[in-house]
Amino acid sequence: MMPNTKASERVCRLAVMAAGLMLSACQPPLPDTLRSGLVYCSEGSPESFNPQLVTSGTTIDAISQQLYDRLLEIAPGSGELLPGLALNWQVSRDGLEYVFSLRPDVQFHRTEYFSPSRPLNAEDVVFTFNRIMQKDHPFHWQGGGNYPFFQSVDWADLVNSVTALNEYQVQFTLSRPDSSFLSNLATDFAAILSAEYGAQLLAAGTPQFMDSKPVGTGPFRFKEYQKDVLIRYYRHRDYWREPAKPEQLVFDIVPNNARRMAKLFTHECDVVAFPRVAELGLISKRPDVDVQESTSMNVGFWAFNTAKPPFDNVKVRQALALAINREAILQAVYFGYATAANSVLPPTSWAYNDDVAISSFDPKRAKALLTEAGFANGFRMDIWAMPVQRLYNPNALKMAELMQADLAQIGVRASIVSYEWNSFRRKLGANEHDTVLIGWSADNADPDNFFRPLLSCSAAQTGTNRANWCDENFDRLIGQALLTADQSQRRSFYMAAQQYLSEQMPLVPIAHSQRFQALNTRISGVEINPYGGIALAGATKEAQ
Amino acid sequence: MILYLLRRLFLLGFVFIALTILAFSLGYLFPGEAWQNFSGLRDVPAAEMQQVIERYHLEQGYVSQYLAYLGRIFSGDWGLSFASQQPLLKEMLPLLPATIELAAYALLISFFVGIPLGIAAAIKPDGMLSKAISALAVAGYSIPVFWWALLLIMVLSLGLGWLPTAGRIGVLYEINQVTGFMLLDILLDDSPHQQAALYNALRHLLLPTLVLATFPTTVMIRFTRDSMLEVWEQSYIKTARAKGLNRAQVLYRHGLRNALLPVIRQIGLQFSTLITLAMITEVIFSWPGIGRWLIDSIYQRNYPAIQAGLLVVSTLVITVNMLTEILHTLFNPLARKR
Repeated sequence: MMPNTKASERVCRLAVMAAGLMLSACQPPLPDTLRSGLVYCSEGSPESFNPQLVTSGTTIDAISQQLYDRLLEIAPGSGELLPGLALNWQVSRDGLEYVFSLRPDVQFHRTEYFSPSRPLNAEDVVFTFNRIMQKDHPFHWQGGGNYPFFQSVDWADLVNSVTALNEYQVQFTLSRPDSSFLSNLATDFAAILSAEYGAQLLAAGTPQFMDSKPVGTGPFRFKEYQKDVLIRYYRHRDYWREPAKPEQLVFDIVPNNARRMAKLFTHECDVVAFPRVAELGLISKRPDVDVQESTSMNVGFWAFNTAKPPFDNVKVRQALALAINREAILQAVYFGYATAANSVLPPTSWAYNDDVAISSFDPKRAKALLTEAGFANGFRMDIWAMPVQRLYNPNALKMAELMQADLAQIGVRASIVSYEWNSFRRKLGANEHDTVLIGWSADNADPDNFFRPLLSCSAAQTGTNRANWCDENFDRLIGQALLTADQSQRRSFYMAAQQYLSEQMPLVPIAHSQRFQALNTRISGVEINPYGGIALAGATKEAQ
Repeated sequence: MILYLLRRLFLLGFVFIALTILAFSLGYLFPGEAWQNFSGLRDVPAAEMQQVIERYHLEQGYVSQYLAYLGRIFSGDWGLSFASQQPLLKEMLPLLPATIELAAYALLISFFVGIPLGIAAAIKPDGMLSKAISALAVAGYSIPVFWWALLLIMVLSLGLGWLPTAGRIGVLYEINQVTGFMLLDILLDDSPHQQAALYNALRHLLLPTLVLATFPTTVMIRFTRDSMLEVWEQSYIKTARAKGLNRAQVLYRHGLRNALLPVIRQIGLQFSTLITLAMITEVIFSWPGIGRWLIDSIYQRNYPAIQAGLLVVSTLVITVNMLTEILHTLFNPLARKR
């Protein structure tokens, strides 16, 4: 066998050197690090390498599950909480004290810039969460002092203190019971950082590297990042679970959709994020490509700025909801790969209310409602359409155009407004809009994640409540649901909240879309997680 | 001869000064504040504004500002990029070798393919071979480069799956950047899979080089052919034949040497076209060179980057122009005498 391969190698080399003739058949045998390397083609560059600081799905996909671990994990199928870095946890009877026992012998990454001297202990957990809560923490203001996810769940108010009881026990003390607390600890944002690395950076006077040269306990360790080009990870050899299957993991950053597809077809990419829904038919015809789908926990909606007339009038909001043809939107914008939404909560959630149904397209009733509200001749308004493609809304501009035509039938003249994405979000935060087409992807399985960050009064203050809606009754309902840990009691509160939403209609839920990814048929073990980032540690590549 | 070189060098310096004046004035011609375009800073706190004004001599006349600009260019302080807020020079330096590498291989191909084909076409100007080569050259000359590139990608990459579509090397290969020239870096890198990396890099190189080489090759064919035909009519060729030299000897000793002189000059003249085509090629093949970077900068209205990029690219073009001019003189006894 040996001389044979040698000879063929030589023939190959000659062919390459002499003629430059590149036939794919004569590829020299690849070394292991390359053969078991995985290339994931992503749609954009990460903003940071610390999940605490971001909310964008692109960044979370690229960093969370690969570099870090959390205290708890979410089972992808059932949404149940599983032990992660915490082996077990006890909750005090009043629901105010949580004690976590940490897993021993969890090693941090050994990289070119950091060599850990000890395994994970309680100090690291305290360091991680104090960074978010304590304004005088040496790292709190690194990266601007914004912790968007934790701010949206009111973390600083909720958690009084995080203390280490001993080397492997951490206690969280809350100011009020919160049944979504554990779920929040299991989100991709609650990644555990290394206190030892933090101390080393402080001593070296380079605290800014905390979020750009990451150290975590996850299945891969950081190697290099070239902005807009690639991220390179290597396997973390001392990972506490089964080591990652790929020796090397590369995120190839290809923002252009067509180019990402081309790279999949030429096998330059093993897995491709977000193939365009319009092209799914074409892609699935190829023998070398698989398309995976999963129902994702998300909702695309049309939010009214309820602080602005005429949208402060419930009848106007009801009329506008009746005036749009959602069936047509599902076909034209989602190409049928989505289910019509009746509530902000997807039907797969345990708190979903079956009885709530949004009445279907009915321009006559809409017109009657408008007349009742005193707008017999209609009015002018803006629809803000987000300029980027998101899972929950793949084409907001097209959706806005369809709605524009529907609204014209009841005499409402809508103009479409769009800005570059960053200014768009800034202007939204300042509530300059009339109505907006946007959406939400869940970070964990808890229903609270769909209500509080989207529609509560505190969200209206921080500027993430796109409906600018602050309603005492609603806040009371979702607040009460958090005070109890009993699931059937919580369900009844959430049922009532959904019922109330469908009466008040601060936003019109449009669709829950499916998430897709395309991958080479040689790849197996990549699963889409409905609650957030993609995990690539279990991916294996069959030899050619 | 030395006088000639000095004259050329003086001319080069003069053109460079003209280019820097142009680049400097762009700072004022572009939208936005001049200090933003020069420094690349977006917002400056009022307290530090005085510092900026002093650094860029803003309160003084244009001449003083220009001299300060020139000083900054030579000391390597080219300002920051609007997009990344990184020093421009640091950002451009690794990109330049990528473009030069691509352009150099394309030029080499155009020599080794274009010149023999041109000679072949000149030997029997009315033969079938000559006509076929000329037809090919005209087709290659008139084909739009972006369309040709997409066509090759369609067939060779997407259709047959033989060649990759983008980048300089497969992303799984981790090559240390030393010189910025990919093939050289691979040879310098002592990784265990050097062979595979080299093979992979060559596969990535093939399509862009082929696309970029198309235009200069056709130019080379046409020029070699025309020049050869002209030389072939000269009386010294007839004399040489009459002295009893055979066809090959005449071709090599008297024909080729004289015929190739104007071709050398052509390289310099074609180089600016080559760089323009390289930009298009780089965009299509996601080649991380200076051309793609410049075009991205234009899209992002990254004025400091456009300013710096233009200066670098045009300096590269005039330098190559001048070098070929000097080479031409060295090889041409007639010009040397003057």
